[in-house]
Amino acid sequence: MNSKKSTKNSKKLIKGIAASPGIAIGRVFIWDSEEYTISKHSISENKLMLEISRFEYSLIKTRSEILEIQNQISKEMGVEHAEIFNAHLLVLEDRMLIEEVINKIRKEKVNVEHAFVVVIKKYAEIFSKMDDEYLRERLADIQDVGKRIIRNLLGKQKQGLAELKEKVVVVGTNLSPSDTALMHKEKVVGFATDMGGRTSHTAILARSGEIPAVVGLKTITPFVKNGDIIIIDGNSGNVIINPQKAVIKKYQKEKKKFQDFEKGLSRFKSLPAITKDGRSIVIGANIEFPEELPSVIAHGAQGIGLYRTEFMYLNRTDVPTEEEHFQAYKKVAQTLKKNPAVIRTLDIGGDKFVSHLEIPREMNPLMGRRAIRFCLARPDIFKTQLRGILRASVYGNLKIMYPMISGLVELRQANEILREVMHEFKRKRIAFDKDIEVGIMIEVPSAALIADILAKEVSFFSIGTNDLIQYALAVDRINEKIAYLYEPAHPAVLRLIKSVIDAGHNAGIWVGMCGEMAAEPVFTLLLLGLGLDEFSASAVSVPEIKKIIRSVNFEQAQAIASKILLFESSEEIQKYATAKLSELITNSKK
Amino acid sequence: MTNPIQKIEKKVRILNETGLHARPAAIFVQVANKFNSEISVKKGKQTVNGKSIMGILMLAAGLGQQVTICAEGVDAQLAVEELEKLLLNNEQ
Repeated sequence: MNSKKSTKNSKKLIKGIAASPGIAIGRVFIWDSEEYTISKHSISENKLMLEISRFEYSLIKTRSEILEIQNQISKEMGVEHAEIFNAHLLVLEDRMLIEEVINKIRKEKVNVEHAFVVVIKKYAEIFSKMDDEYLRERLADIQDVGKRIIRNLLGKQKQGLAELKEKVVVVGTNLSPSDTALMHKEKVVGFATDMGGRTSHTAILARSGEIPAVVGLKTITPFVKNGDIIIIDGNSGNVIINPQKAVIKKYQKEKKKFQDFEKGLSRFKSLPAITKDGRSIVIGANIEFPEELPSVIAHGAQGIGLYRTEFMYLNRTDVPTEEEHFQAYKKVAQTLKKNPAVIRTLDIGGDKFVSHLEIPREMNPLMGRRAIRFCLARPDIFKTQLRGILRASVYGNLKIMYPMISGLVELRQANEILREVMHEFKRKRIAFDKDIEVGIMIEVPSAALIADILAKEVSFFSIGTNDLIQYALAVDRINEKIAYLYEPAHPAVLRLIKSVIDAGHNAGIWVGMCGEMAAEPVFTLLLLGLGLDEFSASAVSVPEIKKIIRSVNFEQAQAIASKILLFESSEEIQKYATAKLSELITNSKK
Repeated sequence: MTNPIQKIEKKVRILNETGLHARPAAIFVQVANKFNSEISVKKGKQTVNGKSIMGILMLAAGLGQQVTICAEGVDAQLAVEELEKLLLNNEQ
């Protein structure tokens, strides 16, 4: 998309992975490299008290800052997002830390900044060496609070995005879920990160918020400083730092073009996803928070194909209560009315670590005790969530989905726990939807291969391509060195998908897909042709998928799928699928 | 009449399943801060301020380990009793 000319005209162009479509032009805000140089100087005896009161003043100021942000975040995003700051307050009020700093100022007669940095570094070092994930996570809290205090000591301004006044492009090494939870979304017009892939947290968040993003840039942070002008091209994956006026103009035009394209798609939002010859497809959206529902509805999704409930467990020091689960699911059920919402039970482990559950560190967390395995080991936590879902089930059309099922025993154990909760409800006369559909994610290759066996005991399948691909191809999607091997169009992946759809249909159950692959227009015809009944993707992808489905006959799509299954490499498949898609778009324009 | 200043020491074997980590540590510190007495906790050779979350976390005391709670002040007796209860509480 980007011609060589613009490369020459711009100061610096870096190529990354296009993670969320659209173009952003704005000023850089560096998220994670706040390093201050602290000098040491001695303080005369009669000024020591003044130095100590400076410290106390900075603690008070920091405390009111944290309380204010906590308040703001709980108002905007809900109390659960604000929980992380309780840990920050505990560190801030820590007597041992405060006394040690004051003693150091008195004994060594040094400036408070120096004393504080030495003490906080000492603690940070002790915590970083601890052999306990929870304690190592506290390190982040200590550093966070430490930076805030130093900033106040130095009288520096500007911190979190929550406090930003102007719109910015956030640039950072990597953004964790707790970083992004603090971001004031209206103020962020784009993201650019050194690490990450299309399915990393930043990418998913950016797509759901319709914010252009480029990730996996490797070395963007060292090349920018706060206030630089930056262009993010979330369509091509290009990022340009301090471009010349002509380049900015060119991208302003591109931006306009993209917005017009989006507008052109908008008429598909309210139309059903039905092929020319009448095959009706369900298009759902993936969400992480009930707050995303307005966007889901605005984009014309007919329900939720994947509700990632684990985000309810992040950034807090305890486990969500049954009531919290109930309130969240009730809101979803009531908002969607008859439209379905598939609630995936807790899927933690891997890159979504939950500190308070004290999960021991594992050598290989993606193949460790995560998702349903964790829930089966902790039925107390699992049941709390199931109770919340069942109680909310009377308010709409909820479905339960277990993640990461790898065999029949796990499925039966999970169902047994669900049955226990249902019996308890009957005994206590608590109302719930007795016909609630229970399905499973197909994301482990073993489950895909025995889909015919599993199909007999569930109401639906939803193929989770992100994990299915990485397990089937033995590729860690976050590892940049091998990211090129992460190929959704790998013939092995397509065979697995086909056999899952066929097995589901033979058993008379519906089969959906909730991975990123369902959101890729280039695969829509193929998946439609393979017989997929439901697509669930980020809300923004919905209109385009609808448009593609509405422009073909089912038979045509089947022919394309059959042809694709004969190819031997993903390059051929990708090329053919791309050609067929552009053929379709050109024809529909005529 | 005011209570005299007391110094109370008590050895406790931790029965709380998660030890003095995470939430239990936070609760311990919150309870300790309610008291007027100076409170310290000792494990082996390490002694930390019982009113400091970082101190308690650094002890990394787990289930089955022995710690000594020490309180000095007017409400030392009550402080040691309440804090001991937390460490012996083996419910979730």
